[in-house]
Amino acid sequence: MENSRRSFLKFAGVSALGLGSLSLIDGLTSGDVAASSGQSSEATFKRSKNALTAKRWGMVIDTRKLDDGICKEMEKACRATHNIPEHKNKRHEIKWIWDAHYKHVFPGKQDEFLAERLKELPIPVLCNQCANPPCVQACPTQATFQREDGIVMMDFHRCIGCRFCMAACPYGSRSFNFRDPRGDNAIKNENKDFPTRMKGVVEKCNFCAERLAVGKQPICVEVSKGALVFGDLEDPQSEVRQLLKKNYAIRRKQNLGTNPSVYYLV
Amino acid sequence: MNDKPKIVIGLIIFFAVFTFPFWYNHGTVSSAPEPKLSDKAKQARQCVRDTEFMRTEHMQLLDEWRDTVVRDSERIYEVNGKEYNASLSNTCMDCHSNKADFCDKCHDYASVEPYCWDCHKYPKEKM
Repeated sequence: MENSRRSFLKFAGVSALGLGSLSLIDGLTSGDVAASSGQSSEATFKRSKNALTAKRWGMVIDTRKLDDGICKEMEKACRATHNIPEHKNKRHEIKWIWDAHYKHVFPGKQDEFLAERLKELPIPVLCNQCANPPCVQACPTQATFQREDGIVMMDFHRCIGCRFCMAACPYGSRSFNFRDPRGDNAIKNENKDFPTRMKGVVEKCNFCAERLAVGKQPICVEVSKGALVFGDLEDPQSEVRQLLKKNYAIRRKQNLGTNPSVYYLV
Repeated sequence: MNDKPKIVIGLIIFFAVFTFPFWYNHGTVSSAPEPKLSDKAKQARQCVRDTEFMRTEHMQLLDEWRDTVVRDSERIYEVNGKEYNASLSNTCMDCHSNKADFCDKCHDYASVEPYCWDCHKYPKEKM
């Protein structure tokens, strides 16, 4: 008995090895591997020649040049560019850029005798495109990721709507699509160059990555009448760096260590 | 073996249920639909890749496009010296503006439901 079991195992082992190597030889000789790699090599991807590039994109918001009209204009332009739905229910609101008062924008910098001007001034707030983004760490599917140029992007295809990123973001810069953005006539004039989102995904400001790719500045910067300046924070010659060199700037909730890329001149 | 009738009846019911899909769909078999090309697509003659490739691999191509555009921000697809904007709504649907006749026909036949259109737009068609 013992002998026959032994020979059976030997036979089985050798046969398994033989069958395994058969498929290996088959795979190597059929030329499938060579053919498929050859096919993909003839097509390549590249950036547009006009694309704006930077080591780390950043923004300087000059609150001295702001007023209510400019803020509303920027919000309107962003809404139209990115097909952001306008829901009637405030709790379903989708926010990319919006305005708030100083006490809410800078809760850690509450001065007893705050400059009169700042008390009622609408201050635009958007995703801070943090250099150390907590949302990216929280995302379980890597739907939110950081690009090489510092932009914190979302891959809507990959978002599962768990909303961990919303809990992680200390700025409330992320919104969840509780409702179908295409329903209820929430998007007035669809911009055909930018997709909508679907129900159940999170969205936020993307620093107009799609406009940078074709050589345009972000839309809010374009309509801001000079109040918003956009540029490379790592380039000492850039306009943002020049502004930061000459002016005292503050950032939102800096003590949390997220290292925001949006600076405010007050 | 007194349960013979019960067993036979049970077997008949089992086979009836088991083969239900076969005889239910009997005779409804239709040939694979042929996608209809729009005039603009006909004029262009050649898609971004050859027809055979597009027929079998368009889903992989679109998948590659979306990853490269979103993740690597490389939006130009260059093949044989020609450059295309890697965009479903703006490049594919520009020529293939007849979604119902071009996309849906085969997708319905193959019973696949791509969720592209939940977010991406397609040209409005005259019905």
